[in-house]
Amino acid sequence: MRRGIMLYIGSRLLQSLLVLWAIATILFFLFRLAPGDPTVAFIDPSFTEEQEQALRARFGLDKPLHEQYVIYLANLVKGDLGDSFFYSKSVAELVLEMLPNTLYLSFASLFVAYVIGVIGGIVLASIRGRFLEQAGITVTLMTRAAPEFWVGMFLLAVFAFELRWLPSSGTSSPGTIYKSELEKLTSKDFWEHMILPTATLAFYLHGLPLLLMRSSMLEILDQDFITMGRLIGYSRWRLMLRHAARNALLPVLTALTLGIGYSIGGDVVVENVFGWPGIGRLLVRAVSASDYPVVQGAFFMIALIIVVLNFVADVLYGLLDPRVGASEQARIS
Amino acid sequence: METGSKLDLPAVLVAPAGGPRGSWLGQFLRTNFEVFQRDFLALLGLIILLFFVVVAIFAPLIAPYGPTEVIEQEGIWLSNKKPSDQFILGTTNLGRDIFSQLVYGARPALLVGFSAAIAVSMIGTLVGLLAGYFGGWVDALLMRLADVAFGIPFLPFIIVLSAFLDPSIWNVVLAMAALLWRDSSRVIRAQVLVIREQAFVSAAKVSGAGHLRIVFLYIAPSILPLTFLYGSLAIGWAILTEASVSFLGFGDPNVVSWGYMLQDAFLSQALSRGAFYWFIPPGVCIMLTVMAGFFIGRGYEEILFPRLRRQ
Repeated sequence: MRRGIMLYIGSRLLQSLLVLWAIATILFFLFRLAPGDPTVAFIDPSFTEEQEQALRARFGLDKPLHEQYVIYLANLVKGDLGDSFFYSKSVAELVLEMLPNTLYLSFASLFVAYVIGVIGGIVLASIRGRFLEQAGITVTLMTRAAPEFWVGMFLLAVFAFELRWLPSSGTSSPGTIYKSELEKLTSKDFWEHMILPTATLAFYLHGLPLLLMRSSMLEILDQDFITMGRLIGYSRWRLMLRHAARNALLPVLTALTLGIGYSIGGDVVVENVFGWPGIGRLLVRAVSASDYPVVQGAFFMIALIIVVLNFVADVLYGLLDPRVGASEQARIS
Repeated sequence: METGSKLDLPAVLVAPAGGPRGSWLGQFLRTNFEVFQRDFLALLGLIILLFFVVVAIFAPLIAPYGPTEVIEQEGIWLSNKKPSDQFILGTTNLGRDIFSQLVYGARPALLVGFSAAIAVSMIGTLVGLLAGYFGGWVDALLMRLADVAFGIPFLPFIIVLSAFLDPSIWNVVLAMAALLWRDSSRVIRAQVLVIREQAFVSAAKVSGAGHLRIVFLYIAPSILPLTFLYGSLAIGWAILTEASVSFLGFGDPNVVSWGYMLQDAFLSQALSRGAFYWFIPPGVCIMLTVMAGFFIGRGYEEILFPRLRRQ
């Protein structure tokens, strides 16, 4: 592989790690310096001084702050996020249990949003300058202004309660037990539960790829090789799809990075509307219950997903676009 | 995508040879007049916002009841009433008038929207100006901070903050000020890099103007439209975020906001009862105010990046 690309990937990796470290540090100080200490939820007025001390020692709170910080980072690297105050499980267990559901929802909605967005962008670009194009842009802006949970509520009221076509909450009908993750993923029931939350998220997410695809298409349609194709006599659709759309896709795919961030943020609300047992719902419940280790773990997991997926998107972009890495190459040679 | 290099420099950013384009105030008025005169959607956005400002100010005169007033008749709560002449949008399950709540809901929405917009655009502008003008370690430090801010998931961050802070609409403003300066600061920095190389800045330097004078009197007025662009987008973000936070139950329970109304409707089974008159209007209000911010933002964008208009 080109040396420039390796350098590019290396610098991205370093930056991702830096961001993760910074987030971990912010979390640490947020939770230590906040009024009251994390044991407040545990300590009962009836506790004796010794009992309190013992509890503090169990959480390592009797050590000086910098020592706590080192222990905290070391544990984080090992994947040890502590234990939940309320569930008799470790935070890592809880988070990993919820993780797949969040990922299914995010990937499904991003996929739907990008398919609709790319097609919509091509259509809008092909009718440029007409009234319909302006109308299409305005409607797309409107979908981005609608609160996601409200769209979800509307879909629930219509499709789950009024028409009774689709289930209203959870990942499976009551009483269903799946033997394996695979069985769950291949069951009709699970996909029926997926439809409404996926549609809700995709309703919001499709706007970004759509608007980007449109402007990217327009930029490319102005270029000489398209005029050239027109002179050769290629059909309009061949030019639009085979020549313009293929080239216009690259910046749209790059924006996937942004899409991922939005999708996970939106997930938190949508999961709560649809009772979807994912990380977002875990986070909200943990905050309501002052279950600090879970709050910390769930938040860190969300940040980790975003950082990892962004890194993957950056690497893919670097592999797709020959220009990336060229500057790094130039600098060392 | 490297957008900075592709822009043809918009007219408002290129100062005429004679020097910077007038004072702050002059630039302010000129830019805003241009935006709303030129762009119908931006004007529409402004009208929508002004409409809600009027509603917010005169809420006690418009709303027939108080937002949390329980309406009784002969000692019985008038709860879950359908829309009628007495209650335009019906009542909640606690016997509160939905229309009155809607009217009062404009207050927290605009308060959060405008204060977050001011905070975000001021911090973003300041960071962008300093990073772009001074360069070197100042730039490196501020831009690494921006990277970190980009890595922090925004809504989950606010939810985590609500674990420590007392519920208040100001939490949203605080979190936005802490994180969302990242977008505007990057773009503004890129523009400052271009402007700082221009003749009028060199001229100011030669004539002995100090750094502060150059940054705030010569460079800042030229990037003002960008500040407005991100400010108007931030209005929308703030209102959406406040609504989401309230919906999740972390809002101030004493403030009737549109997000609070939606949470109330959601938890009171308004969905399964098909009480569309309860949960549709607050969502429409949120959508309208957020859209207004987006439309105004688009107006600035078209002045800033004229190529968009040509297409």
